[in-house]
Amino acid sequence: MSASKTETAENPQFYLEEDHHPENSTNLGFWLYLMSDCLIFAILFATYAVVGRNYAAGPSPADLFDLPLVALNTAMLLFSSITYGFAMLQMERGAKAETLFWLGVTGVFGLAFLGIELYEFSHLLHEGAGPQRSAFLSAFFTLVGTHGLHVTFGIIWLVTLMVQVSKHGLIPENRRRLMCLSMFWHFLDVIWIGVFSVVYLMGVLG
Amino acid sequence: MFSNPDILKFIFGRLSFESLPFHEPILIVTFAAVCLGGIGVVGLMTYFKLWGPFWRDWVCSVDHKKIGIMYIVLAIIMLFRGFADAIMMRVQQAIAFNGNEGYLNSHHYDQIFTAHGVIMIFFVAMPFVTGFMNYIVPLQIGARDVSFPFLNNFSFWMTTAGAIIIMISLFIGEFARTGWLAYPPLSGADYSPGVGVDYYIWGLQVAGVGTTLSGINLIATIVKMRAPGMSFMKMPIFTWTALCTNILIVASFPILTATLVLLSLDRYVGTNFFTNDLGGNPMMYVNLIWIWGHPEVYILILPVFGIFSEIVATFSGKRLFGYASMVYATCVIMILSYLVWLHHFFTMGSGASVNAFFGITTMIISIPTGAKMFNWLFTMYRGRIRYDVPMLWTVGFMVTFAIGGMTGVMLAVPPADFVLHNSLFLIAHFHNVIIGGVLFGLLAGVNYWFPKAFGFKLNQFWGKVSFWFWFVGFYFAFMPLYVLGLMGVTRRVSQFEDPSLQIWFIIAACGAGMIAIGIASFIIQIGVSVWKRDELRDETGDPWHGRTLEWSTSSPPPDYNFAFTPVVHDHDSWYDMKNRGYARPLQGFKPIHMPKNTGTGAILSGISVALAFGLIWYMWWLAALSFIAIIVVSIVHTFNYNRDYYIPADDVVAEENKRTELLARQV
Repeated sequence: MSASKTETAENPQFYLEEDHHPENSTNLGFWLYLMSDCLIFAILFATYAVVGRNYAAGPSPADLFDLPLVALNTAMLLFSSITYGFAMLQMERGAKAETLFWLGVTGVFGLAFLGIELYEFSHLLHEGAGPQRSAFLSAFFTLVGTHGLHVTFGIIWLVTLMVQVSKHGLIPENRRRLMCLSMFWHFLDVIWIGVFSVVYLMGVLG
Repeated sequence: MFSNPDILKFIFGRLSFESLPFHEPILIVTFAAVCLGGIGVVGLMTYFKLWGPFWRDWVCSVDHKKIGIMYIVLAIIMLFRGFADAIMMRVQQAIAFNGNEGYLNSHHYDQIFTAHGVIMIFFVAMPFVTGFMNYIVPLQIGARDVSFPFLNNFSFWMTTAGAIIIMISLFIGEFARTGWLAYPPLSGADYSPGVGVDYYIWGLQVAGVGTTLSGINLIATIVKMRAPGMSFMKMPIFTWTALCTNILIVASFPILTATLVLLSLDRYVGTNFFTNDLGGNPMMYVNLIWIWGHPEVYILILPVFGIFSEIVATFSGKRLFGYASMVYATCVIMILSYLVWLHHFFTMGSGASVNAFFGITTMIISIPTGAKMFNWLFTMYRGRIRYDVPMLWTVGFMVTFAIGGMTGVMLAVPPADFVLHNSLFLIAHFHNVIIGGVLFGLLAGVNYWFPKAFGFKLNQFWGKVSFWFWFVGFYFAFMPLYVLGLMGVTRRVSQFEDPSLQIWFIIAACGAGMIAIGIASFIIQIGVSVWKRDELRDETGDPWHGRTLEWSTSSPPPDYNFAFTPVVHDHDSWYDMKNRGYARPLQGFKPIHMPKNTGTGAILSGISVALAFGLIWYMWWLAALSFIAIIVVSIVHTFNYNRDYYIPADDVVAEENKRTELLARQV
């Protein structure tokens, strides 16, 4: 019985003679991870929806948020997604130096985003609007802070990958890793759009 | 230096000599016993020079079979702890009448019932189920390992780290006194200022990382690594239930993680999510925790339904009746399990319409479950049933689980629930389905798959003794609780006023004693089987005339599971192969590509214990150091690109020739 022979009803094939290579699972696995992470954000959004108007006689979003600043912040993150896209295009071309350049630009935009966010947080704390002040502020700091923590880890990961790419080049392992980080980075962008709409826009304008 | 309280406080946080439970003689004795046992094990391992092999072959192993076995060993060890808690509660409740306070003060008693629930669900049932899925699923789908072998090892060690954190609370500090779901405001900083709830939070968070990652891993494995020809509707039914279970895990454990994060922010940072003032909403916690908690129930029971389905088909010598309906029932249960969470708190005051909705969805779940029950019965109908131990457990399950299901439907009726809520009736109900369902299934699975994992069957006699003591003991232990619940006795009470209740508690305690004999018989069964393993040896790899692919390979399977990847034509693929003249290939072996072992998972898990310990005791330096260490170790791990190797063809030939010889001896 050989795999190359055609299979018939009397002569069924029960095993492969050549090596079997199952499809690579990394993309699916990483997607599943992202969806589980998405659920964490879903809970934080739901929590914000439930207690987000419990100001406890404290400040409300309209009192606290500076929309132009947040719009600038949003622009930083959106630009970083675009530049990550450029990095992936360069990776497809196999251009190591260009890939590294665009990854670096992405990291700088990410840091700018974090910097503005930290400035905003310190400003709020300075005004006495810390996470202990009301359930609204607890939910706000937790939701936005969790996103910020994700971006921080994304930047650590980005730097690690830049070192690995410059060390080993665009080998298949590194391409796979860049792909995962790409999904992670764009995912954070999508979450931020939710944060910007639900927390900031609806908070100030709604 | 040690006279300076600030430095002491910096180093030890809130840990001090008073944190050690010197005033609890029970704990001192337990601690002494654990120490003696630990010294014994360490001594024996050193004497027999087992540390090296233990580290290389087990701790660092990425082999799904070894990880599966380790999960189950962890579950059995934790079963002793959880059961010790159970029997202490039963004895306390049996004697604490007529002004007798019993032998447990309420401070201790409250910790015991919390620890019992947490341990039994998170560290017995979960690792047991995960262990089976790990061991069996790759074999059933004809794969050589899971999709992400390192992640699998890491998941196991994180689960173990969670168990270790919970066990530390026994001897250093205290455990939560809040009940197994730690409802705020009781679990908030105001009412539970001690370390108990923090042990609870970090134990579950660390273990939860492992559970979520293992869920992702197994979904990817089942979706991507099936043998050629195995379409979804040709997957063995246990693999189907495992798939649905892991989808539930990935879609529910993040909710637990997020909820516990919010609770810990309330406790550590002073936020107001679940507090009574400044806009907090404790009812939100109850909703969130049960949005995770109800799917969790099905995470435990679905794979067990799969185990029973495999056993019923094998021991009836028939195809499973209604394979497709079984698959659909499993999927329907998976979806419905997200639509019933509110039935855990009908009395919270959501209003009649909301209660009615959740009452109806709950009752609807009994339809697919009932369909499964009939499928098993029809599989047995006109089958050639062999009453080996796994089949005994299965029949015992069907009887017991039907009763538990019916009391569940009673509780699903909101007006009835207003009477029965938080009573011992509820306790009896969920033990009825968790013991009569999950636990019976796990023990059936141990008896069924043990020969696959170790190459010899388990002793029948002691298996039957274990079954009958468990079975009868269960009824003695929990039927009285139904009665007491109907009489209005609430849960989590350590002393009673009404002497007429005592007889029921005494009967229940006797039942717990019988279960203790059942557990002891199980251990004796394993001991006797190891001792007499040569008589019980199975050299065919297929001792029960199995139907699915795991029985097509040797027992225990080689590291690579299958020398050639099987091609599947039917959901009972091994039965199909046996029937249609499968000839085992004897030549043409090739080198096999396998993942390398690594110690990173165990190291990360060890650091996670340190991180949790630092957070629990406010030793911030330890927490910060461990956190940084976790990140550094993870990054260093990613710099290792050399992660796989080939088993040389000669080794495969040697391994397969051994099996050829064993099989030749059979005829």
